[in-house]
Amino acid sequence: MGTISLKNARKAFGDAVIIPGADLDIKDGEFVVFVGPSGCGKSTLLRMIAGLEDLTSGAIHIDGKDMTNEAPSKRGLSMVFQSYALYPHMSVRGNISFGLKMAGLPKAEIEAKVAKAAATLNLTEYLDRKPRQLSGGQRQRVAIGRAIVRNPEGFLFDEPLSNLDAALRVNMRLEIMQMHKDLGATMIYVTHDQVEAMTMADRIVVLNRGVIEQVGSPLELYNKPDSLFVAGFIGSPKMNLIQGSEAKKYDATTIGIRPEHLAISQKEGTWPAKIRLAEHLGADTFLHVDAGPCGMMTVRAEGEYDATADAKIFLTPEPSRIHRFDKDGKAIRK
Amino acid sequence: MARTVSTRRKLIVTAIAWAIGLLIFFPILWTILTSFKTEGEAIALPPKFLFFDWTLENYGVVQERSDYLKFAMNSIMLALGSTFFALVIAIPSAWAMAFAPGRRTKDLLMWMLSTKMMPPVGALLPIYLIFRDFGLLDTRGGIITVLMLLNLPILIWMLYTYFKEIPGEILEASRMDGASLGKELLYVLTPMAIPGIASTLLLNIILAWNEAFWTLALTTKDAAPLTQFIASYSSPEGLFWAKLSAASTMAIAPILVLGWFAQKQLVRGLTFGAVK
Amino acid sequence: MSMATQQTRALGKLAVSPSVFALFMWMIVPLAMTIYFSFLRYNLLDPNPICSLLSPDALLDAENRCLAGITNYSYFLTDPAFFKAMGNSLKLVGWVLVISVVGGTLLALLLDQAFYGRGFVRIMMIAPFLVMPTVSALVWKNMMMNPVSGFLAYLFKLVGLQPIDWFAHAPMTAVVLMVAWQWVPFATLILLTSLQSLDEEQKEAAEMDGTPPLSYFFYIVLPHLIRPMTVVILIETIFLLNIFAEIYVTGTAGRAGNLPFLVYQYGLIANDIGGASAGGIIAVILANIVAVFLMRMIGKNLDT
Repeated sequence: MGTISLKNARKAFGDAVIIPGADLDIKDGEFVVFVGPSGCGKSTLLRMIAGLEDLTSGAIHIDGKDMTNEAPSKRGLSMVFQSYALYPHMSVRGNISFGLKMAGLPKAEIEAKVAKAAATLNLTEYLDRKPRQLSGGQRQRVAIGRAIVRNPEGFLFDEPLSNLDAALRVNMRLEIMQMHKDLGATMIYVTHDQVEAMTMADRIVVLNRGVIEQVGSPLELYNKPDSLFVAGFIGSPKMNLIQGSEAKKYDATTIGIRPEHLAISQKEGTWPAKIRLAEHLGADTFLHVDAGPCGMMTVRAEGEYDATADAKIFLTPEPSRIHRFDKDGKAIRK
Repeated sequence: MARTVSTRRKLIVTAIAWAIGLLIFFPILWTILTSFKTEGEAIALPPKFLFFDWTLENYGVVQERSDYLKFAMNSIMLALGSTFFALVIAIPSAWAMAFAPGRRTKDLLMWMLSTKMMPPVGALLPIYLIFRDFGLLDTRGGIITVLMLLNLPILIWMLYTYFKEIPGEILEASRMDGASLGKELLYVLTPMAIPGIASTLLLNIILAWNEAFWTLALTTKDAAPLTQFIASYSSPEGLFWAKLSAASTMAIAPILVLGWFAQKQLVRGLTFGAVK
Repeated sequence: MSMATQQTRALGKLAVSPSVFALFMWMIVPLAMTIYFSFLRYNLLDPNPICSLLSPDALLDAENRCLAGITNYSYFLTDPAFFKAMGNSLKLVGWVLVISVVGGTLLALLLDQAFYGRGFVRIMMIAPFLVMPTVSALVWKNMMMNPVSGFLAYLFKLVGLQPIDWFAHAPMTAVVLMVAWQWVPFATLILLTSLQSLDEEQKEAAEMDGTPPLSYFFYIVLPHLIRPMTVVILIETIFLLNIFAEIYVTGTAGRAGNLPFLVYQYGLIANDIGGASAGGIIAVILANIVAVFLMRMIGKNLDT
């Protein structure tokens, strides 16, 4: 139904190559997150799937059909924009019904669908208002309503939550995930926030400078990052990366160990370290320590940890949790 | 400033500002006052500000004798006509350059700007001769064409800057919603562009109404707008100040009103969007 | 954001073509003809050409033309009226620029303050720019500057001075005054708009730093205003070089006539098309020099 695949999809603007060539297969009903730093091409890739950007070469297939040259409206996809992109001169009702109006549906049917979508999103009392009279969260719902009402094969989200405040963001995240469960449609979600990616995705696509670095479920990426980039990107706080003599001991150019996989002891351990700074979050404490030849490291301590500046501690990594990378930044798997 | 300014300072500034404002506005104010005087009062010294015999006779005389209405009608037709035709050409051009730019668009815009900078005297002779030989002298159609071409660069630039301010994502959303190009233009772009188009329209009316080179050079009586009409008062017979004032007041009043509403548009249009 | 997919690009080219065509014709055709005429001896009143005819242009009366080489140019340039006109053009532009930029800045600063009736004062200060040039010229010539009954004459007498016959004794000053009266509001409007865009936070930062008002003006306000000032100067120059109505209407052609008016005199009064065309080309060259600078300035804004 809603399968989407990219075959060597390439995008270049003259000499500037944004996407060298991407291959990707998305299954029907999957929630896929495109994640990566700013400028990595995730939005471009999304827009290529939507049809808002032409492909320089390669193909896009939706449901097995070649949609590479089809207009956006013929692809059976809906998009929720980062800035919501609501029609400012139309009411909420007008915004939601516009797509149906373009499709030529009879008035009665449009009314019914709009009413249903509005009810689902708690927008019924706002139907006659204009976008400028709504709050950020409400506008977002209208954007989602506009997308849902056309019953598309797939939903595309372009950083929809980045303009909302933190509390609202958490709520909307859950609502979108619930929506995915209820509708069962394929969803592609673009974000630079790896927490969103980890919590929402069935599979994550990590992009770096236009190249797909790795595709996998959140836990796959967490436990088995294929490259230094993915290792450093996924997981918060960042994985500790150690080079030099210490890394050589493990037969690698760089080794990585996550803050939560280091055991702390006052008496003994693999690496001695001095506490420089502590972040007390209540549920966890993050210690920023100077570990000599290992450099600066971050360590997680559970609960409340009484840290004194310059105190000496010892860190021991869990052996099975040490990641090894070669000189090209690729993971070494025994 | 979030804090309030002291009342004393406010009053001092008020006094200064009003004094200077009235000083600058004075010639206009004086003209309006003079229009209600008799000719005798108009040249009387010392000049009277309020206590004179207010009369409307000048307005009556101006309208009857010199067929003022015809000139006013010409001004209106020239302003509206040139605006209409200019917009018909300018809107598609500005749309294309804002939304479907090519590699040459920037150069094209700069070239259009440069045509505005050419001194009118460089084109005066040929245009005059062409008009003469084609019987276009002193015709409304001729002047409308000239005014349209004269202001086309300003209009295109102005519309361009307004169109660029329309968020592209909204147009993309309409495409995702299945709008064909025509429907996109009709249902989404045009409603959002209306304020910009209205502003541009306003600006052109002002510019066309006040244009005082081509209207003076290419018209005599049939197509003469108010600029030419007022100019004819420069070689008058006898007393005429009060009548001149009446004619002038009527000629400038519409633009003073329009201009008050169009200040922002004037800034944007006349600086080619450099100041907004 | 561009919608420049293949679908819209072709349509875009079509949409631009009418205006490109229109402006091209408007600029190139007259200019080409002016250049052509400038090399001809062409006088509308002269019935007999002296030398052989060139291939006649279909539009125009063929009997009066003849190649004149550069004599039109040399005639125009050596006409004492030319130097006067050139001088007047530059004087007019120069003075009005100075007055409008300085005056405009001061007025803009004034209008930026908080006081009662700001809206009214603003419209009073902007109004002169909205008055059509012919009205402005006649009002000034008659009701303000008439040496007998004009208002200025009245004021002079009031303080015991002899009123000036402006157009007899100081025509250039009179014209500068008239034109400046109209263009100071323009500068004020532009500069005020720009002033109001001065970041509020900059003002507050300066206050935190304890900046005295004069320093605040010179180090923060003035640099911010340099850009709109430049725009004002360049735009005004383009328009001021072509001032026409004021001179036409006040009959000051003799002493305060500028370059455009001289061309007009040559062409439509003396009927010397050749000479007028040469003058026109000279005016074009002068304007082009200014245009180069203006375009560079505006061009920087294209990428915003």
